[in-house]
Amino acid sequence: MSEIIKKNLSEIIDLIKKKEIKSEELANLYIDKVNKSKKLNSYITTCFEHTIQKSKEFDKKPNFNSLLPGVPLAVKDLFCTSGFKTTAGSKMLENFIPQYESTVTENLWKEGAILLGKLNCDEYAMGSSNETSYFGNVINPIAKDTVPGGSSGGSASALAADLTPATIGTDTGGSIRQPASFTGTIGLKPTYGLCSRWGIVAFASSLDQAGPMTKSVKDCSIMLEAMAGFDNKDSTSIEKKKENYSKNLKTDIKGLKIGIPKEYRVENMPKEIDELWNKGKSILKDLGADIIDISLPHTKYALPTYYIVAPAEASSNLARYDGVKYGYRSSKGNDLIEMYENTRSEAFGDEVKRRILIGTYVLSSGYYDAYYLKAQKVRQLIKKDFDENFSKVDAILTPSTPSSAFKIGEKTNDPISMYLNDIFTVPVNLAGLPAISVPAGLDKKGYPLGLQLIGKTLDEQNILNVAYAFEKNCNFKNEIKNWWL
Amino acid sequence: MSIDKDKIKHISKLARISIDSKKSDSLAKDLTSIFKFIEQLNELNTDKVEPLSSILNTPLRAREDKINDGKIREKILENSPKKNEEFFVVPKVIE
Repeated sequence: MSEIIKKNLSEIIDLIKKKEIKSEELANLYIDKVNKSKKLNSYITTCFEHTIQKSKEFDKKPNFNSLLPGVPLAVKDLFCTSGFKTTAGSKMLENFIPQYESTVTENLWKEGAILLGKLNCDEYAMGSSNETSYFGNVINPIAKDTVPGGSSGGSASALAADLTPATIGTDTGGSIRQPASFTGTIGLKPTYGLCSRWGIVAFASSLDQAGPMTKSVKDCSIMLEAMAGFDNKDSTSIEKKKENYSKNLKTDIKGLKIGIPKEYRVENMPKEIDELWNKGKSILKDLGADIIDISLPHTKYALPTYYIVAPAEASSNLARYDGVKYGYRSSKGNDLIEMYENTRSEAFGDEVKRRILIGTYVLSSGYYDAYYLKAQKVRQLIKKDFDENFSKVDAILTPSTPSSAFKIGEKTNDPISMYLNDIFTVPVNLAGLPAISVPAGLDKKGYPLGLQLIGKTLDEQNILNVAYAFEKNCNFKNEIKNWWL
Repeated sequence: MSIDKDKIKHISKLARISIDSKKSDSLAKDLTSIFKFIEQLNELNTDKVEPLSSILNTPLRAREDKINDGKIREKILENSPKKNEEFFVVPKVIE
């Protein structure tokens, strides 16, 4: 029976539809393994009573026509879930119980999914290793001393360890794709505006996007189909018809033009990553794609741009945490201002403080033009690089990360070396494009590495198709040994 | 740009985060290296470049100025760390 939870989401959906397993039985299988997997620390909150109750309701009156019929799902703890704690990995929101539901999670429940719990993440999604979470480090199931990546580290860890059949994360600079790469799973950041941001704890509003994290490309297309869609409550939501990504999935990529940007071959990149990138190229070539060398000349300026834009927006978004309306309040301070200062000092972690201070500084009087305006101009150049190349190619292939999963504590003392993790993922957020990370192989330590496919605006179907064809021909197998049980 | 303790004091005041002097040293060091990294952007001449503030091609949608919900006072107050029946409570601001 426990073999079932190792299966892909699409296989599990088939079993439910064929009535070979009931929703309640399935829920119990996951609950059992979650209970035995506390060492990974991938869950912050569980809500098993709710899960069982909802799965019983489903079994009594099943609707097999929905996309996720009776499927239990855990989600990143950045999505507001009505009546269930939503912490954003912060002491500030340790006891925050949203009174409303995020649009994206609401879309999942409408398609038949059932909440299993809330997954650990870096505090306010600021981090690349899940080590900034107030609720502690998350362990990567591939090896006990390694990080799962971040910020959606709990999501990636829970997915790889079979503690949820699929999940969702958010990606501001790589927070879905980097942890997917570190855990041998699939992660997609959609076009900015495809999935509603309403009800997601805000980090950097011009970059934040929710997206699926799954064990197969087909699963990814099902999840994206379920979560995406226009939402009046998000002013940046794109008005367009829903697409049937899973139905339209195909492996025929003959004649597609795949760009290879030379700027992604960075100094000190492990040889194995270069080799995997070559392997990716030859797989796509064998499938009939044209491989074309391209140049994205402003790539090296993406991270410096990001570290102005993201903290600036974060400092503004996080101004709302004042100890008055919700969240933590300090008991110290003689007046209102001191109460604010102590509240924010006691409840924000070091990385969040760092970014608020950077953001406050770059937006402060006299510095706006030198930093924020400059960054917006370079952001334009980065977007232009992509625009120009997308008149020549249909998709771009790059490595997802410059290294495989690293050790816990290895990079915590050096913010820049931590930031450099996102060197290949950040440009995509700045340009608002869709991109997917697909596992491509293992390094010599046996840790997974991913390749990234970047697509044109709203061309999710195309990168899903290329990823699907790649997956079928790559024969990647994630070897997770359940050592923590 | 080097960030010293005085600057940290100034920004932390603006950001309403109290920072003790021990923390302020390590923050100054971190922020100095981060700004050095950020300032790579100065290598680029951007005089003729339009700033990009939104990647969407369309202007933000505006909605009609019409009330579409309400009567949710209890829900709004639900998570407040300190309240009385109808209000958020804050430390005294007027003597």
